[in-house]
Amino acid sequence: MRVLIVEDDDILRDGLKVGLALAGFTTDAVGTCDAAATALAANGFDAVVLDLMLPDGSGLDILRDLRARQSDIPVLLLTARDTVRDRVAGLDTGADDYLGKPFDLDEVAARLRALARRSSGRASAALEWSTLRLDPARQSVEQAGKPVQLSRREYSILHTLMSHPGVIFSKTKLEDKLYGWQEEIESNAVEVHIHHLRNKLGPGLIETIRGIGYRLGGAG
Amino acid sequence: MQSLRARLFAILLITTGLLWLSATVWIFLSTRAEVERVLDARLMEAARMVNSLIVSPDMMKEEGDTHANRPAQSAIRIPLLEHPHYDRQLSCQIWSLDGTLIGKSDSAPDTTLAPHAMGFSETVINGETWRVFAVENASLGVRVLVGDNLRIRDRLVNDLVKGLLLPALLIIPLLAVLIWLCVGRGLAPLRKLAGDLAAREASDLHAIEDTGTTREISPVLKSLNGLFARVAGAREREQNFIAFAAHELRTPLAGLKTQAQVALASNDGEIREKALGQIVAGVDRTGKLVRQLLDIASVEATESGRPAAGFDVGEMLTSLRTELAGQARRVDVVVDGAMSGLRINMDPDLFRLAARNLLENAINHSPPGAMVSCHAEIRGQHLVIAIDDEGPGIPEEEMPRVTERFFRGRFKAAAGSGLGLSIVERALDRTGAELELRNRPTGGLSARIVLSQALAP
Repeated sequence: MRVLIVEDDDILRDGLKVGLALAGFTTDAVGTCDAAATALAANGFDAVVLDLMLPDGSGLDILRDLRARQSDIPVLLLTARDTVRDRVAGLDTGADDYLGKPFDLDEVAARLRALARRSSGRASAALEWSTLRLDPARQSVEQAGKPVQLSRREYSILHTLMSHPGVIFSKTKLEDKLYGWQEEIESNAVEVHIHHLRNKLGPGLIETIRGIGYRLGGAG
Repeated sequence: MQSLRARLFAILLITTGLLWLSATVWIFLSTRAEVERVLDARLMEAARMVNSLIVSPDMMKEEGDTHANRPAQSAIRIPLLEHPHYDRQLSCQIWSLDGTLIGKSDSAPDTTLAPHAMGFSETVINGETWRVFAVENASLGVRVLVGDNLRIRDRLVNDLVKGLLLPALLIIPLLAVLIWLCVGRGLAPLRKLAGDLAAREASDLHAIEDTGTTREISPVLKSLNGLFARVAGAREREQNFIAFAAHELRTPLAGLKTQAQVALASNDGEIREKALGQIVAGVDRTGKLVRQLLDIASVEATESGRPAAGFDVGEMLTSLRTELAGQARRVDVVVDGAMSGLRINMDPDLFRLAARNLLENAINHSPPGAMVSCHAEIRGQHLVIAIDDEGPGIPEEEMPRVTERFFRGRFKAAAGSGLGLSIVERALDRTGAELELRNRPTGGLSARIVLSQALAP
C-alpha cells in the first residue's frame, strides 16, 4: 500500500516516512504544496497523509484540488489545529479522517489501513482468498491456519493483489506499489518476488496474464 | 481613605455656616446702625417735645418760683406695662441755664447728663454710658437733656441679633441632615458605578454601558472603559500567544514522538540510530523554538518606551559572536573593529535580542566557509548597523512575508523555526528602530538595523 506523506517539518516527515514503512506501507514524503501536487498528479498512491500548514499554502487547498479532480483517494489530515471547527472544515473539504498532533504512529498506521479497507468496500480488517488470510495490522499471512513467512516486498505484492481480487496489475503498477521514489528498482524484481510467492504459497495462487500482468488465481 | 460624601458634607456645611455667620454679622452691624439712628432721632424728638411742653415762660416762672423740684416730684405717674428689659429707657433732665436742676424723670441720675449746650454727646455717670441730646431754650432760660442708657441700647441690639441667631442654631442641625442626605443622593450614580464594578467577574472586561449617567461620571466611565479595552487587548494577545505557542510546539513534539516510536519499533540498528539522531536534532530545535517563544513573550510584555541605556555596539556584537561560536562552526563571523566604542542609546536587551536573531539567521543560511560581517555606517540622518551574509538571500517575492510568524521561505535553514525575523521586527519596533532587509548584489542577504539620530548620539 503506497502512501504519500505531505508534511513540512523535516523531523516529523522523516519519522512518518520511516515509521509507516516499518508498518508495511510504501511511503513517499514531500514538504510543500507544489511537490504534493506533482506527486499526486502521477497517481499511484493508495492514501495521503496531509499536514494543513505548509510553507507555500494550506493542505486544504491540495485536498480541494484532489476532490475537484474527482479523486477518491483516502486522505488523513494531520494537524496541530484540532479544534472542532478545524476538524469540521477539514472533513467537509473532503478529508476521510483527522488526527491532531502529536499523534501515535501506530494510530496513524491503523487509521490508514481502515481508510484503505473502507475505500475498497470491505468490512473486515483481514483479507481472505481461498485458504489464504492476510492481516494488514500485523503484517502476517496464514495459509490454512499456518503462518507463512514473507519478505517485505513479497508481502506488499500479495497485499496489493489481495486488496483487489480479480484485478490485473501490470508489472509497472506493482513496482509503483513496491518502491518509493528514492528506492532503486531492480530489474526483474517483481518476477523474482512472484516466483518466491508461488514457491511459498503454491503455484496456482498467482496467475500470469501474458503481456498484461498478474492477478489472484483459482477460486476466491 | 477619605469619604467623598463626608468631604462634600463638610465643605457644604462649612460654607453654609460661614455664609450664615457673615450674614448675621452684616445684619448685626446694619441693625445696630439703624437702631442708633432711630433711637437718636427719638432722643432728639423727645427733647424737642419736652422743650415745647415748657414753652410758656409763665408756667416756668411760677413753678420755678414756688419749688424747684416740684414738677419732677409731683409728675403724674402713668402706669407703664412692665417690660423689664426696656424699662426706663429714656431719661430727661431740665436745667436752668444757671445750673440748677429744675426737673428730671424717674430714671434720670441727679448729676447733669451733658456738660455742653446743644446736640448729642456721650457721658459716663456711675460707670454707665449715656447718650444725651441737649436743647437749650434761651428765651426761657432752660436746658432740656434727654438721654438713653447705652447698656439698654446694646441690649436691644443684642436681643435683635439673638433673635436672628437662635433660629439659625436650631436650623443648622436640620440643614446638616438635609445636606448629608442630598449629598448622598447626588453621589448615587457613583455608588451605582462602584456597585457595578464590585459585582463584576474578574474575567468580565466588557465596557460599562454609559446610559443615563451624569456628565461628571461620564469621563471616569470613559477612562475605565478605555482601561478595560486595553486590559482585554493585553489579555487577548496573551491568550493568542499561549494558543499559538501550544500549537507551534505540537508539530515538533509529534516529530519527536514519531521518531521515538520508529526507534522502538525497528530492529535495524541503522534505522534506530538515525531515528535517535533525529530525536537529538528535534530536541535542539524544539529547545530553540521554546527560547524564541519566550523571547516573543518578553518582547510583547515589554512596554514600548522603556528607558534606553547607552551601550557599546561593537562590544555587544563581539560577545554575541562568542556566544554563537558553537553554532557557527564553519562560518566566519567578523565584527568590524571600527564599531568598537560606537555607543547607541536604546534598550540593550531588545537590541541584543534583535542582533542575536539576525546573526543566527546569517550563520544558519551561510554555506560552510562563508563569512558573516557586521559593520556600521552613517546614512543621512540614520545610523545603520548591517549584518551581511553570503547565503542564498531572500527571493524578492518572499520579502514582504519573511517577518510573518512561522513563515519559512524557500531557502529555509534546517534549524529555523520561522520566528527569528518576526522577533527582530517586534523588538526593533519597540525601541523605535527599523529592520531593513536587502539582497546583496554580490549574493547573500544584508540585514540592517536602522536607527534614527536620536538613538545614536
